[in-house]
Amino acid sequence: MSIDSVFVHKMWNDNELSKMVKGGVPFPMLSDGGGRVGKIFGIYDEDAGVETRGRFIIDPDGIVQGFEVLTPPVGRNVNESIRQVQAFQHVRKTKGAEATPSGWRPGKKTLKPGPDLVGNVWKKWKTEMAFD
Amino acid sequence: MPKEMKVGCARPTGGPVGEAVSEEKTQQQTVQEEVKHMIQVGKKAPDFVAPAYHKGSFVNVQLSEYLGKWVLLCFYPGDFTFV
Repeated sequence: MSIDSVFVHKMWNDNELSKMVKGGVPFPMLSDGGGRVGKIFGIYDEDAGVETRGRFIIDPDGIVQGFEVLTPPVGRNVNESIRQVQAFQHVRKTKGAEATPSGWRPGKKTLKPGPDLVGNVWKKWKTEMAFD
Repeated sequence: MPKEMKVGCARPTGGPVGEAVSEEKTQQQTVQEEVKHMIQVGKKAPDFVAPAYHKGSFVNVQLSEYLGKWVLLCFYPGDFTFV
């Protein structure tokens, strides 16, 4: 979503993005003229008149599970967004019985929060596990 | 899921859903309303509609139509920049 019109989105997709991604952008490219949606999400820059790099993970119940906002010059880490979605999906699947510690990605160890875990995380989780 | 729309010469726009727009609002009231809408994790995402370009068509997208699915909503400064 950006403040550009759907016509500009079409030009960008058809003339440039479709050369980078086969078949063009697979998801809807949303237009937010005036930044009205950006304002309610708190990422609209009034002075510059554009939206900053806000990214929101919204779960199947419509609940915001996480967000990240960057100023324009720095791009996002797409892998990190995907990792976070996978982690939230895992937590949801276990109905909160499992939590994903720092550095978790699919296949890595999860933690089961509860009285027995208090003070014992160091036995189950090592600092190296925070890194890839 | 998104409904196709007829596009004329006017630039289509969307906006928040479920919020009564009153012309008589003072500026202060508007500010208070914006503060009320700040995003918090663990809380509902505000619903909105927005016109969109999707695979060759102009459509209208409403966030609440995606209930039941995971949504990654990304904002960016402008077309023809990186994302």
